[in-house]
Amino acid sequence: MTLFIEQCLNGLQFGLLLFLLAAGLTLVFGIMDLVNLAHGSLYMLGAYFAATFAAWTGSFVLGAVLAILATLLVGMALEVIAMRRLYGRDHLDHVLGTFGLILFFDELVRLIWGPGGLSLPVPPWLDRSIEILPGIQYSAYRFAIIVVTLAVAAFLYVLVMRTRIGMLIRAGASNREMVGALGVNIKLLYTLVFGLGAALAGLAGMIQAPILTVQIGMGENILILAFVITVIGGIGSIRGAFVAALLVGFIDTLGRAFFPQILVELLGRQAGSTAAPALSSMMIYILMAVILVVKPQGLFAASSR
Amino acid sequence: MKPAFTFRHMVIAALIVGLALLPLYVALTGDRFMLTLFTRIVILAMAAVSLNLILGYGGMMSFGHAAYLGLGGYTTAILSFEGVHSGFVQWPAALAVSALFGLAVGALSLRTRGVYFIMITLAFAQMAYYLASGMARYGGDDGLSLEARSTFAGLMNLSNKTTFYYVCLVLLFASILLVWRLTNSRFGMVLQGVRSNETRMSAIGYPAFRYKLTGFVIAGTLCGLAGALIANHTDFVSPSMMFWTRSGDLIVMVVLGGMGTLFGPVFGALALLFLEQFLPHLISFIVRPFNPASAAKAGEYWQLVLGPLLLIIVLFARGGIDGLLAMLSDKLGRKVRP
Repeated sequence: MTLFIEQCLNGLQFGLLLFLLAAGLTLVFGIMDLVNLAHGSLYMLGAYFAATFAAWTGSFVLGAVLAILATLLVGMALEVIAMRRLYGRDHLDHVLGTFGLILFFDELVRLIWGPGGLSLPVPPWLDRSIEILPGIQYSAYRFAIIVVTLAVAAFLYVLVMRTRIGMLIRAGASNREMVGALGVNIKLLYTLVFGLGAALAGLAGMIQAPILTVQIGMGENILILAFVITVIGGIGSIRGAFVAALLVGFIDTLGRAFFPQILVELLGRQAGSTAAPALSSMMIYILMAVILVVKPQGLFAASSR
Repeated sequence: MKPAFTFRHMVIAALIVGLALLPLYVALTGDRFMLTLFTRIVILAMAAVSLNLILGYGGMMSFGHAAYLGLGGYTTAILSFEGVHSGFVQWPAALAVSALFGLAVGALSLRTRGVYFIMITLAFAQMAYYLASGMARYGGDDGLSLEARSTFAGLMNLSNKTTFYYVCLVLLFASILLVWRLTNSRFGMVLQGVRSNETRMSAIGYPAFRYKLTGFVIAGTLCGLAGALIANHTDFVSPSMMFWTRSGDLIVMVVLGGMGTLFGPVFGALALLFLEQFLPHLISFIVRPFNPASAAKAGEYWQLVLGPLLLIIVLFARGGIDGLLAMLSDKLGRKVRP
């Protein structure tokens, strides 16, 4: 039971982390209609920035804040230099152009930081376990992740649903031309949205840095997960991204933890233990395929498209 | 009126002759590496030709095409591992497995469109990737080595590099021929019609879904054959040949060469693999006069150039290499007869 609760928390934590990535993707998708494969590179940059700045300043929090700001700036610069020219083009162009950007960023990171990975130690004040429920110990760092990401999700909700800029974002998602015709500075709005997405990706990378090694190509695996989430949730829907991210987080984590045992029970030791690793990695892709076959527009399809 | 034999045709003819005579060059210079490189180019060109059938002619943006390379390769390697060495069994099996996978994936994913289609094809390729990683008996993550290349009952010896190169080349030309015949047939016309306007094609009574699915399966099957070839070429298969960035490479080849053109994918494969091979040297060469010490090191960062180059091609040269050739032939043609 303890293990089950712990794995549930891990699933929640992983899902919320994926939400940070997927939210940025789905915003850019929904508003600029841009397929951005380079989103994973921004995640990687966030992790590298965090490791570097934390080492420079000697403070985890300061390093994190600087890393997010730096990714925000890189994102906005990227939008002005490259992404802006891709709007309104074919999705194939987006895939290809941003695929080129992945190569560029991977190599740039190798040039600056070298081929070996970096590591960002968990700060001492989070490097312990706390008793979150009577009798249940949980890593303080992972618990902090849950708190921070929930706060960010709440912030996003307020930003998108309750502020003027959020109103423009939502309006932009349903009808770009009309928003532009009403005199809104669409270019600036796009740059800001892209920057916001980049900052969220950077935050996700920074959060993952102490858990995983910071290395080149770390964005490529998780990017696909983030895409799966945006597609399951319905492109352009932040609410959909939130639900889908939690779904994927839980299924992936719980699947990896308990699915092998279940398979062994069902198929016997030999067959079960051979099939389990492949099947538990495939589970979310199967989930996505099933959802798309039943609902080709995702769970929370934006009504306009 | 357009001249019948343009500059573009000249380049294509030169390409065909060049590819056919390459072993002669290798025999004269003893440059065995070129033969290995070109065998790889020819095989990947075949994969790109197959992708071009659905991407260029059919307008189906499949982002999981590398899965077929892996399926064809793994079918060959697994049969070889289990003691079946005959190519007469291995290759048809590779084709059949790829065709079945294509049928299943196509039947499910062709219900969606746009970005959803891109992502669902990607998801299926990832499933194949994880399936291969999970097969402990066949090497799992580490991949599987082929003990011997496919045998053809003494008819040909694929371990001879020149023979193998010609087998690949003949199959490449055969697939180009197939795509040419297909795209000019009624089937191909319908497929291209669906690309331009699916609603209209459905309205005049063509079952668009079935046509697309057929195209999807043919492309997958063809790519499965390329997979069987690549397993024989490298004597090794691993899950990484199905990773999504490999599918990206194939798309790059098609677009770089020119989508929806017959020889575009071949140019694309040639260009991408040449860039991969020679861009490092070129960069070192350019850097050397300025900073001799770090010239060799600078060459290692060739992707720093390739990435933005792709972006620039996307932005400014949509027709790819074939489009460029067509433009050049147009200009040259005008010069000849003012």
